[in-house]
Amino acid sequence: MNVDWLLREHDMILDLFLRHLWLSIAPVALGLALALPIGWAVQRSGRWKGPILNLVGLLFTIPSLALFVLLPWFLGTQILDPINVIVALTIYVLALLVRTVSDGLDAVPRETLQAANAMGYRPLRRLLAVELPLAVPVIAGGLRVALVSNISIVSVAALVGTRQLGSLFTQGLQLQFLTPIVAGIVLSVFLAASLDAMVLYTSRRLTPWERRPS
Amino acid sequence: MILFDWLLDPANWSGPYGAPMLVFEHILYTLAAMIAAAVIAMPIGLFVGHTGRGEFVIAGAANVLRALPSLGLIVLLVILFAPVFASDLAFVVPSLIVLVLLAVPPIMTGTYSGIANADRAAVDAAKGMGYTPMQVLMRVELPCALPLIFSGLRSATLQVISTATIAAYVSLGGLGRLIIDGRAQNDYSQMAAGAILVGLLALFVDLFIELVATLSVSRGLTRREPRRLSRWGRRLNPFRTQS
Repeated sequence: MNVDWLLREHDMILDLFLRHLWLSIAPVALGLALALPIGWAVQRSGRWKGPILNLVGLLFTIPSLALFVLLPWFLGTQILDPINVIVALTIYVLALLVRTVSDGLDAVPRETLQAANAMGYRPLRRLLAVELPLAVPVIAGGLRVALVSNISIVSVAALVGTRQLGSLFTQGLQLQFLTPIVAGIVLSVFLAASLDAMVLYTSRRLTPWERRPS
Repeated sequence: MILFDWLLDPANWSGPYGAPMLVFEHILYTLAAMIAAAVIAMPIGLFVGHTGRGEFVIAGAANVLRALPSLGLIVLLVILFAPVFASDLAFVVPSLIVLVLLAVPPIMTGTYSGIANADRAAVDAAKGMGYTPMQVLMRVELPCALPLIFSGLRSATLQVISTATIAAYVSLGGLGRLIIDGRAQNDYSQMAAGAILVGLLALFVDLFIELVATLSVSRGLTRREPRRLSRWGRRLNPFRTQS
């Protein structure tokens, strides 16, 4: 390890870190916003549910590097444009979360729904005030997997030239120099651990009834 | 169309750098990594699932490995191994280590949770019939665990195919070559060819594993056949009550 190098380059490293943070969070937020209505619609879709979920799951099979290469053609963007990375990761998040949201809504007990109906909840209010809150732990579980795997996938985008922590890996290989590589790995694990902890914390705060009395 | 230019050129379909050879290499690396990973992960998963000991170790290992950036690991190992190997092994060995490392957690978790979630009634019945613990594991728990084992194998394979593409950056062969070399030569149609081929490979492998899973999982578990059976059963069952 070369600490001098880290101190000298801390501006660049911070810049790469912030870019990485942005590229990991934006797709999860976008994906969640899209997955909630889609997952809800899929859960209601009766016998189409299985086939739709399988089809959405197939999106997950596309290797990330392939997606980064093909999206510019579909979107008409430049290959270096970070938009490609955001769209690619949103697709992955969507593939994961549509199923999670649908499963989470499925897991709400029938009695609870009937009780809500009996109390005069209209469908929309029942969804927002009863079903979604009860599905939070399941959705948060999917969100954590999506977030953590995103952070690893983002670094792959360095191979097509998008700058983020992955650029430290390509730089390290070109210079045959371990310091940037280790710094990149440590920072991206740190990012994953802290974002994961944040989702876990938020999910616990949103579902106080899940806490077992001790 | 630029997307298919490289693929439609017959010159790119033969020789050591032709599409068939690259697909073959890609499958070879994937297979090697999967076999090694299965040999490591399945016994551990079987043991933990059967005895219930060390569950948190499995969950923890899976989480940590998911957070590690695979590109970073590959590059790190290549530099660390560079003084050890002189030949192609200098990038093949580190790449394979990372591929195995990525494939182990899904297989391990799949095997473990499949075994741990095997129908208790079936396990107890087998014990009551005098099965030894080994027989219970191999004849009851393992067949019950197959669906989850296959889903673990499936996500591991996809991970490996995807990461083998990335390993082209450290000179590994396979379809990633087209993407990395195409990028270096500013040849988008070559990059697109690599991306399309590896996407198709992943899709076919995924469907293939699903097919194998459907064919090998006991029909008592999949509930595909029972629907037809129950229609018959309803007609034939003398104890059926009118509802």
